Amino acid sequence: MSEAPAPLAIRLERCGKTFADGTRALEPLDLEIRAGETLVVLGPSGCGKTTTLRIIAGLEEPDPGGRVLFDGTDVTPVPIESRRVGLVFQSYALFPNMDVRGNIAYGLRIRALGKAGRDARVDEMLAMMRIEALADRRIDQLSGGQRQRVALARALAVRPRALLLDEPLTALDAKLRDTLRVEIDALLRRLGITSIYVTHDQSEAMALGDRIVVMDHGKVAQIGAPREIYFAPASRFVAEFIGSMNRLEGRVEAGRFVTAAGAIPWPDAPPGARHVLFRPESVRLAGADSAQLAGTVSAAFFLGDRTRLFIECGGHSVIAETAERREFARNAPVHLAIDSDALLTLKDSQ
Amino acid sequence: MSRSNRLLLLLFLPAGIVFAAFFLVPLGQLFVIGGTGKEGWSAYGAILTNRNYFNSLVSTTLLSASVTAATLAISGIAGVFLTRNRFWGRVALVAMLTFPLAFPGVVIGFMVIMLAGRQGVIGDISEWLTGERLVFAYSMMGLFVGYIYFSIPRTILTVMAAAEKLDPKVEEAARSLGAGPLRVVRDVIVPGLKPALLSAGAICFATAMGAFGTAFTLATRINVLPVTIYGVFTEEANIAAAAALSFVLGVLTWAVLALARTAAGSTVAAAG
Amino acid sequence: MRRRGPAFWCLLGFTLCVCAFLIVPVGMSMLAGVTVNYQSGIGSGMTLRWVAQVWDGYRDTIFRSVGIALACLACTLLLGVPAAYALARRQGALARTIEELLVMPVAIPGLATAMALIVTYNTLGEFRTSWTFILTGHVLFTLPFMVRSVLAVMGAIDLKTLEEGAASLGAGFFRRVFTVVLPNCRSGILAGSLMVVTLSMGEFNMTWLLHTPLTKTLPVGLADAYASLRLEVGSAYTLVFFVMIVPLLIGIQVLARPVELGTKATRR
Repeated sequence: MSEAPAPLAIRLERCGKTFADGTRALEPLDLEIRAGETLVVLGPSGCGKTTTLRIIAGLEEPDPGGRVLFDGTDVTPVPIESRRVGLVFQSYALFPNMDVRGNIAYGLRIRALGKAGRDARVDEMLAMMRIEALADRRIDQLSGGQRQRVALARALAVRPRALLLDEPLTALDAKLRDTLRVEIDALLRRLGITSIYVTHDQSEAMALGDRIVVMDHGKVAQIGAPREIYFAPASRFVAEFIGSMNRLEGRVEAGRFVTAAGAIPWPDAPPGARHVLFRPESVRLAGADSAQLAGTVSAAFFLGDRTRLFIECGGHSVIAETAERREFARNAPVHLAIDSDALLTLKDSQ
Repeated sequence: MSRSNRLLLLLFLPAGIVFAAFFLVPLGQLFVIGGTGKEGWSAYGAILTNRNYFNSLVSTTLLSASVTAATLAISGIAGVFLTRNRFWGRVALVAMLTFPLAFPGVVIGFMVIMLAGRQGVIGDISEWLTGERLVFAYSMMGLFVGYIYFSIPRTILTVMAAAEKLDPKVEEAARSLGAGPLRVVRDVIVPGLKPALLSAGAICFATAMGAFGTAFTLATRINVLPVTIYGVFTEEANIAAAAALSFVLGVLTWAVLALARTAAGSTVAAAG
Repeated sequence: MRRRGPAFWCLLGFTLCVCAFLIVPVGMSMLAGVTVNYQSGIGSGMTLRWVAQVWDGYRDTIFRSVGIALACLACTLLLGVPAAYALARRQGALARTIEELLVMPVAIPGLATAMALIVTYNTLGEFRTSWTFILTGHVLFTLPFMVRSVLAVMGAIDLKTLEEGAASLGAGFFRRVFTVVLPNCRSGILAGSLMVVTLSMGEFNMTWLLHTPLTKTLPVGLADAYASLRLEVGSAYTLVFFVMIVPLLIGIQVLARPVELGTKATRR
């Protein structure tokens, strides 16, 4: 147990999950997780992301016909005790009857590491997570952020082949979440370990993931790098789940998209497109001469670093974000312009 | 995972076997024996048709009902008061109020005799005050006092637990809308405690219906149902009738508790 | 501190009266047990001869009660703790139904349970006349308290997630049970144990029917003493009973607090 194992590649083949009471948590799913990558599984509650994680961990069995492969070996019948994956829970699952040292050393005890080896490894983990001062504390004396660090230390102490994290930051407040997110990102990169990270927070997903799997109602909606998911969503669900997305109805006419509020130049418009999508930050406030769309401000929220505007545009509501410092009055007229390369359409033309 | 289900079954099995062999099967046997006496299966109706049994049922029910009402009132007031107020000696008071939980009925009967029997303290006091010795240990009053004695600790715990869970914000909202303290009690506290009062009341009633030791010790002329059953069993040696009656009594108390449980949450305290 | 109004003092007075109602008779009984002559009152002097008489006459009964209570504890631990684990892990309608069933011996009168046992096992002479017959009734009655107590703690500590955490680190079933599950259920097991011993020592309704002249327990002896002996002897016997049971009751009270505090702390 001296060297870190080589990063693990994981594959799921036709893994579905139906629970005893009949709920279909997961449709048969194929998933490829590359060695050393951080894969984020993102989606709203009930989409099946935690079920997927638990199948990889070995806490749930896939429906008959599903297989889980680690580096090509079928581990489906292998129970979690023998899979050597590290698990970090939303509720930390630290053992209240042991102190911090005891918790971190737990897996090492099971592997019958001698006392000297155990202590050395525990010290190493305490240093890595920067919690040396907490070594002899009881669990109920720790704050949420501290507990999460201990949970990570405990999972990593045994040099797992992969690290599985189930919404580890959801129980923490916003500022702490930001801090820990950066730390976890640095940690995962430094260790180079294959990680699967489940979350419903899309900014977390984009910050941490090498690739993101967006799930909806037990099915995969899209897999791709963060940029791909953000700038080229595959479906309306993905488009609206990640950030905000504006959507206008209209029709293509001679290189422009014509809507009730105005026309937007769009040379690359797919013929027959009935909708156009664009992100709030792509909307520019324009002068009357370069305006494409005209509308009135229905609400304005000053958020500090930017202002979020809800604009009534020919019967539609358009959300715009601007860094301009001026104040916006209700019912003030505004003119909007959008660059044509920020315009999106969906593959399934929804 | 059927492997883990099998393991769980195995872990439960010892308790399950003991329970089946010494409770479920005997209960079934009791039911069967109840129907093998001279009267056959009509023994199960005897509680209503036989004059003695019926009187016993009526007096037991009346006793239990009045004990329940009185206990709920007392425990409700004292319980809410203790939950809401912190003062020196409170913990000791709560402890003293819950001690009698484990006293057997015999001891309670004995204490009633000490209080109100022929040599009782209350007799002394009343003699000193009025010249007449007040002796009520061996009457319905004595039973009543004894039954209240073991009922208060049980109900007060349930009431206190529920009172602690009452959301003070609801009362604050009522007060902000102009409700005075009595109105708050009537409109907020009592409805909030209703499930607990219902559940505690049911336990109190069921326990009182089935209580044996206290009545046995007081050896009153009034026969509560458990003592009647005991008499049928030992003096008349009528096993079938005793079996039938005790089965009916068991079903009765279980039904009361089951009803209350569906109406409220579930906690069951010791029977007496 | 809020100013205490008249309502407070009234209610306090009421509560104190209720307390007095419960405690004064206890005190009186204990006092009568050490009084030379109850009728003459405390003025006649204090003595331990009634207690000595009780000890001479009923020593074996007292020991038998303690023995049965400890045996009952052993049985409920062996039967109840695994059963509680099974019920905690397998949550659902079936588990709830089983829990309801287990509670039945507490819901129905002890008289009924005892009669059921008698009509079924009367023919097994050896069993019927042995102390184990009484033990059986006690176990049926106290088992739900052990199970409930342990179940409550298991629910509070989120047993499933803890076990999954331990399993992910490589711990098999037995290691998990002995290093993670049982240590964290200690308070529930302790509270349940105290409850079981206390209830067994004080059980009368069932035991009165189940006993034989050779297998009397303390409460049964009490009933005998009340009926046939001097008031002072009965009081002395009651005194002995109180002395044995009050420490247990205090223990139950003391434990009730840390369990609450414990669960509050781990709720983060």
